[in-house]
Amino acid sequence: MSAPAEFRTTIPVHQHLDDSNLVVAPTRHPWRWVTSAAVLIVVAQFAHGLATNPGWDWPTFAQYFTATSVLGALWMTIKLTLWGTILGFALGALLAVGRLSNNPVLQVVSWTYIWAFRSIPLIVQLLFWFNIAYLYRTLSVGIPFGPGFFSFNVTGVISGFTAAVLGLALHQAAYSAEIIRAGIISVDPGQVEAANALGIPRGRQFFRIVLPQAMRSILPNAANEVISLFKGTSIVSTMAIAELFYQVQVVFGRNGRVVPLLMVATVWYIILTTFLSIVQYYVERHYARGSARALPLTPWQKATAKYREIRDNGVGAPRGATR
Amino acid sequence: MTSGDEHVPYVVDVRGVYKSFGTLPVLEGVDLQVRRGDVTVILGPSGSGKSTLLRTLNHLEKVDRGTVRIDGELMGYRRRGNKLHELRTRDILRQRSRIGFVFQSFNLFPHLTVLENVVEAPLSAQRRDRAEVEADARELLARVGVGDKIHDFPKQLSGGQQQRVAIARALALRPAVILFDEPTSALDPELVGEVLEVIRDLARAGTTLVIVTHEIGFAREVADTVVFMDGGVIVEQGPPGDILDRPGHERTQAFLSKVL
Repeated sequence: MSAPAEFRTTIPVHQHLDDSNLVVAPTRHPWRWVTSAAVLIVVAQFAHGLATNPGWDWPTFAQYFTATSVLGALWMTIKLTLWGTILGFALGALLAVGRLSNNPVLQVVSWTYIWAFRSIPLIVQLLFWFNIAYLYRTLSVGIPFGPGFFSFNVTGVISGFTAAVLGLALHQAAYSAEIIRAGIISVDPGQVEAANALGIPRGRQFFRIVLPQAMRSILPNAANEVISLFKGTSIVSTMAIAELFYQVQVVFGRNGRVVPLLMVATVWYIILTTFLSIVQYYVERHYARGSARALPLTPWQKATAKYREIRDNGVGAPRGATR
Repeated sequence: MTSGDEHVPYVVDVRGVYKSFGTLPVLEGVDLQVRRGDVTVILGPSGSGKSTLLRTLNHLEKVDRGTVRIDGELMGYRRRGNKLHELRTRDILRQRSRIGFVFQSFNLFPHLTVLENVVEAPLSAQRRDRAEVEADARELLARVGVGDKIHDFPKQLSGGQQQRVAIARALALRPAVILFDEPTSALDPELVGEVLEVIRDLARAGTTLVIVTHEIGFAREVADTVVFMDGGVIVEQGPPGDILDRPGHERTQAFLSKVL
């Protein structure tokens, strides 16, 4: 490419720069600044309202946020979530394996369980468990259809807490089963075939080869379920179990300060959901092993990388420019 | 490399095997014998039953009739009188752990590193000592040319490297025979050579191999026996010079005229 001679004179002094030495200049985005400013104004108004509107009644909020009765109720909520999750997912795993097994009886029983427990509203089921003593006065352990060896009084064994855990866990199991089953069938059949061809024992095939790969699609859904169960425990307040939502209702029933006490419950729900989301992020990262060429950075790693970039290049340095 | 009973004349001994998928017959009376240290290449058009035959050898497919013996041991069944009783899953898995199998699509375990892929079966299926198995695995991975990748994950490797890891994984079982199901069909053309090179080395080292492939040139080079299948039966078999250059059957001629 030879340019006409008269153009040469207009080319600036940098004309002997090699193309490889050219630096990419950043594109300016003025509208980004405008929209950002507009959104920040709205956010600031909202924050200002939160701080200054006396209706939020922050002193009352502060008084009850860490009150012993509220913390006790919070612990009850956590216990319900924990047991609901553990028992629900354990039973769910068995049901998923049942549905995927070659045994037609297990398949039908698992399918029927899932069908039944997804059909019954949780609150109806909880009330059934709460009133179980009406149906069965005693429970006994013995030979099926034969004599019993020892028996319990149902009202003594099934407390309100037990009834709530049973209801939540049995309900949760139906949903967990489907999530786990979906995860298992999403694993490439070639994986099981390879494990079979290598002679890897059955249990090892499941726990070492299939499950870690299934976890990738199980986890986001399972985390959703745990979070929704955590907030869903508020439904057992109808059974007079002193969990978080029941407790704040009791307090605002007494002092009439509804909004700050609802905020107490809300903020606790937000804090624990945030905690669960963070746990989810790192557990997902663990199971992403080998799935991408490089794992994405954690927020902390991103922040430190950004800090280093600004320290070394200054704000607004062109990206990818190395000199 | 090889193990087992040196007195058994054939490492692979297939007699009268029939197999259908539903109403579709796939194998219609197959007999095949492979001597120790031999390389057998199975050729044939799509749907001829060659991959199914290979998969019956390690009981990934059950046969409807007939028997498969590997190193003299009846695969998948125990004979009592004139009846064959299917073995328990555990025993079938134990039998398979003495047979290497290399898949067209590699089927490496993506969440395990290259080294973990190779040591998995020797540890869990064969219950061998970890130190010994790992030393073995490193040596095998170096032998197939991926010795510097042992801590990478499969997705970080090229297709050719992945298939070579899969071959090392099969070798780690110290198998009596290694079965290859179209090992280069999923590879980009420029990566085929490096995989064939590894298989060629195994053939030279005297490993017993049964290979289903479309690489006619490779068959001519490494095979002791070429087997031509069509319509669920073995049409003819013999040394590559005979089958590939002077095919005795018109179906073989028709197939070769299309692919050569």
